[in-house]
Amino acid sequence: MTYLEPKTLDHALEMLGQSRVSLIAGGTDFFPSMGEGAVTGDLLDLTRIAELQGITETKQGWRIGAAVTWSNLINTKLPPAFDGLKQAACEVGSVQIQNAATVVGNLCNASPAADGVPPLLALDAEIEIASSTSSRQIKLSDFITGVRQIDLNTNELVTAIHIPAIEKGTTSAFIKLGSRRYLVISIAMVAVVLSCEKGRITRARVAVGACSAIATRLFALEKALEGAQIDTLKNDALVTDQHLAELNPLSDIRGSAEYRVEAVKELCHRTLLQAAPKGTDHG
Amino acid sequence: MADQTTFILNGSQVKLSPIAGERLSESLRERLGMRDVKIGCNAGDCGACSVLLDGKVVCACLTPTQQADNRQVETLAGLVATDTHAQTLAERFQDHGAAQCGICTPGMMVAAVALLRNVDAPSEVQVQDALSGVLCRCTGYRKIIDAVRGVDANTLKDGGAVGDAIRRVDGLAKVCGTERFGDDVAPLGTLEIRVIRSPFARAGFTFGGFDKFLAEHDGIKAILTADDVLGLNCFGVIPDFADQPVFAEELAKFRGEAVAAVVGEPTAIRDFISRDFPVSWHELPNVVTVLDALADNAPLLHENRAGNIMCGGFVACGNPKAALADADVTVEGSFKSGFVEHAYIEPEAGYAEIVKGRLEIHACTQAPVMDLDALEIILGIDRKNIRIIPTGVGGGFGAKLDISVQPYLALAAIKTGQPVRITYSRTESMQSTTKRHPSEIKIKIGATKDGRIKGFDFHGDFNTGAYASWGPTVANRVPVHASGPYQISDYRAASCAIHTNCPPSGAFRGFGVPQSAIAQESMFDELADKLGIDPLEFRILNALENNTPTVCGQVFEQGVGIKKCLEALRPAWALERKKAAEFNNTTTGTLRRGVGIAAGWYGCGNTSLPNPSTIKAGIKADGTVVLHQGAMDIGQGANTVIAQIFASALGISVAQLTLLGADTDITPDAGKTSASRQTYVSGNAARLSGEAMRADILKQINASENAEINIGAGVIDIADNGTTHRIDLSKGAIDAQGYVLTSQETYDPPTKPLDKNGQGIPYAQFGYTAHLVVVEVDTALGTVKPLQFVAAHDVGKAINPMLVEGQVHGGIAQGLGMALMEEYIPGRTENLHDYLIPTIGDIPPIDVIIIEEADAQGPYGAKGLGEHVLIPTAPAILNAIKRACGVRITSVPVTPSRLHAAIKAKTDGR
Repeated sequence: MTYLEPKTLDHALEMLGQSRVSLIAGGTDFFPSMGEGAVTGDLLDLTRIAELQGITETKQGWRIGAAVTWSNLINTKLPPAFDGLKQAACEVGSVQIQNAATVVGNLCNASPAADGVPPLLALDAEIEIASSTSSRQIKLSDFITGVRQIDLNTNELVTAIHIPAIEKGTTSAFIKLGSRRYLVISIAMVAVVLSCEKGRITRARVAVGACSAIATRLFALEKALEGAQIDTLKNDALVTDQHLAELNPLSDIRGSAEYRVEAVKELCHRTLLQAAPKGTDHG
Repeated sequence: MADQTTFILNGSQVKLSPIAGERLSESLRERLGMRDVKIGCNAGDCGACSVLLDGKVVCACLTPTQQADNRQVETLAGLVATDTHAQTLAERFQDHGAAQCGICTPGMMVAAVALLRNVDAPSEVQVQDALSGVLCRCTGYRKIIDAVRGVDANTLKDGGAVGDAIRRVDGLAKVCGTERFGDDVAPLGTLEIRVIRSPFARAGFTFGGFDKFLAEHDGIKAILTADDVLGLNCFGVIPDFADQPVFAEELAKFRGEAVAAVVGEPTAIRDFISRDFPVSWHELPNVVTVLDALADNAPLLHENRAGNIMCGGFVACGNPKAALADADVTVEGSFKSGFVEHAYIEPEAGYAEIVKGRLEIHACTQAPVMDLDALEIILGIDRKNIRIIPTGVGGGFGAKLDISVQPYLALAAIKTGQPVRITYSRTESMQSTTKRHPSEIKIKIGATKDGRIKGFDFHGDFNTGAYASWGPTVANRVPVHASGPYQISDYRAASCAIHTNCPPSGAFRGFGVPQSAIAQESMFDELADKLGIDPLEFRILNALENNTPTVCGQVFEQGVGIKKCLEALRPAWALERKKAAEFNNTTTGTLRRGVGIAAGWYGCGNTSLPNPSTIKAGIKADGTVVLHQGAMDIGQGANTVIAQIFASALGISVAQLTLLGADTDITPDAGKTSASRQTYVSGNAARLSGEAMRADILKQINASENAEINIGAGVIDIADNGTTHRIDLSKGAIDAQGYVLTSQETYDPPTKPLDKNGQGIPYAQFGYTAHLVVVEVDTALGTVKPLQFVAAHDVGKAINPMLVEGQVHGGIAQGLGMALMEEYIPGRTENLHDYLIPTIGDIPPIDVIIIEEADAQGPYGAKGLGEHVLIPTAPAILNAIKRACGVRITSVPVTPSRLHAAIKAKTDGR
């Protein structure tokens, strides 16, 4: 039971291949789920690995390193397409949690109610994965495979999130619904990324969390919005039951399944309106 | 050594060798002795352990210690010593009473320092965002927001006469992190106790292989079971109902019930996994609802309580049946509420050692002498050999009236002969300690056309859980209070306490009255609407007055302040309804505002039972005035209030007092901190004690009543009619405790037993209250956002107005939680992220109106307050929801999902 603190990715991947280790970054999911008794196996700390730091603009878009915390994200100047992700960041636990927890950790925890998943799904995020022998990049939607399940081998590490290049005129928003103002597990949440040109929606991406085992995109709704005038977002009947067919919510202490679907219908509408570009120039 | 971690802790370098998986909070507290870092949940839900890591606020409980390597760690104690922001906050927190029990204060102040380093004059929202990670259960957060923002406080720097808003006398330790709570007393390395608990609501169990277990577990020193209980394996706060074992024998009756405990070295307990304990379980059919428990074939919780019925309560007067039949209008309804968890941020904790052959227990408690009573029986030893030294109490609200950790500490210390400690985990605390009773209430109320109540019928079933605890008190109190503070001449109220395989329901701020008030005050609004009468005027019309009988036939000739409370709401009622109507008329969206009111009353002290308090004081030869203050301060401010009353009675300033206690060796019994009795009952004892000492002093020189007493170094100067007399204390005889002068006085409220119809004198005084709340309902999402409270409270005399406001704010926060979000479900909400209590963003501004309708029984006219506050809060919110969106909610908590369903049902029903 050793606490491993590699400084380089190669070193980390080497350690990962050698023994049974648990990964730890912010610790905000690790400790609450630790249970009684001593830690079994080694702990591999990801927070001091140089290659996992920072948010950078790349030729293909943007890269968020695996050690980037929610606070790092909030404090980085990013285009409006990231506003929704930043709004989600501000709803992750509390300042204490945001200062420690990593964006990647939130994805790897794979809670159905993870605040980071819907906005990143809406940004078409991809996950960069490395092992000592290979590396790969897969869609976030393929990475999370079930409740608390991810496509990651024991010798692999998520090294970064990639966001494909953002079209000009792209805005975004995120709304979370909970039973209290702060420190709350979502009843439901919606993230929207909206690309517009000359008063029309060229592309809409809508993702819903906490209403199915894995947060999901509402492709039917997205398709319906494509090419529509931005003003049509004001239509109260914009979101229909058919658009929500992909949701499969549970009834639990936080809310009934029926409630979740109805709330999401309203939240989709509100999040779309919030994401819509402001002012007369819808460019 | 490669595993060494080095960091700068509060300016000084420290080196340590944490194991893998060690939390920074653990390292700070148990390796480095930084007990100012508090642990409330170990899951990042409460933020009490907040520290600064390279200037950023983090939860130390979620931080691997190794991550601090080569960094700066700052805790409250270090910050207060050197950081100007922290020092400013320490002053402001005291000025505003922003620290009540003080357990969240380190987290709050550390988070606030991080904010103030970046933002000079933060807005309310900035403060809320920055402090959102820290939960507080006492203050209602508004005083904390004011303190961080630097809003002017009206607190006096000195003085302390009755009526003065002085700072808490014990506040400095709370804002410096030096207050020692239950887990802060044990020396590093003390043996620890882990309790083994039933994972099932009802299960048989057998032990086996203790020898093998002990042989295989290095560092485990002892196992405790029912066989180790030296006296009687039975306790209970009400002797006639005592039924709870320290360790269950053969049958566990609720999930979380203790069956055994292990005692061991800290590392052994750290590595110990409870499920490795040699016990085998046999799950049995259980009953968790009242309905199931009353079924014919239901398993009996206690053989001597047929039908699982523990007891009931009953109050009746007049002829309610006939009155309801004659009434012009009637309303009826059924109401439900669930378990509510106290959710103080300090889990139960303590330390015990044998000192000169006597057992000394340091633990958080609301009732040190009751702890002593229980231990005397459990241990089977003379009470002279037990000393209870309460630690700071990080919130109580009723659940720390019952013993929790005390018997385990006692038995482990005796068995091992060594000092021992225990701290409940958050889950353990929630599973095993008492809850607010779930209720199922049926109510019918009638009225005449002109708006007078005519006939009132009430029945409440209360889920009292597996053991009695304070269930009988709830059963007794509810029928006495279910009328609300109104004139009702034809009344019948019955209650029934029913056992289930749930955690024991016990005392929680209001003893069942908040539940009954939800039913009664909701129905009053319905009745007023049916009559077409303004609901506030309807309440004023029916309000109890001096010289009118209560439903118990008790007639107060003075001191009935409910009408004044209600009348005080008139301006806000008119203004806020006008504003809400304007908002609703001009807003086209889904937001709807409503204004609701509700009233309440609460009898101070035990119901028709003696509950004396004794306060003692002494003056030493050097002039030191010592107050033996045994009334437990659990954050509400008894230390300050009792000191103010005593000082006023004696005629000196509070600053001249030295407080001792509570400690069963040195403070006389001031009773339990419950029933809103300390200001009233112990306050009276303090007044009598102060007056006796004053009389004793004045008598020595035959001074007049109005003489002025000045106590200096070794002398008392008495200025009387222009001449000053001096008593030289050094010439007086010194008693065994070092006092030249002493006084000790007792006060017991005058009550009379209730007859079979509940007629009599249950309480010597009541306190009264009326709340108004403005809520905004989002009808599309079912969410409720309270926007403003106006709370009128008749406290008789506000001994310390700042503390009064603190109680009101905190009670409202708990009432709001009960109304909107709190429901404890065994096995499901056993932590502070599934069990939700209000955060700093959930409590709106609160306007406190203090009414002082002096009570002849109260010290300087004062009445109790603590429990009164949350009685009208929940029904006021429900009434506001009705007025906002037309939906009458009859079950709490009103989660968004539930309100949405109700709104939908109403819409669909049209």
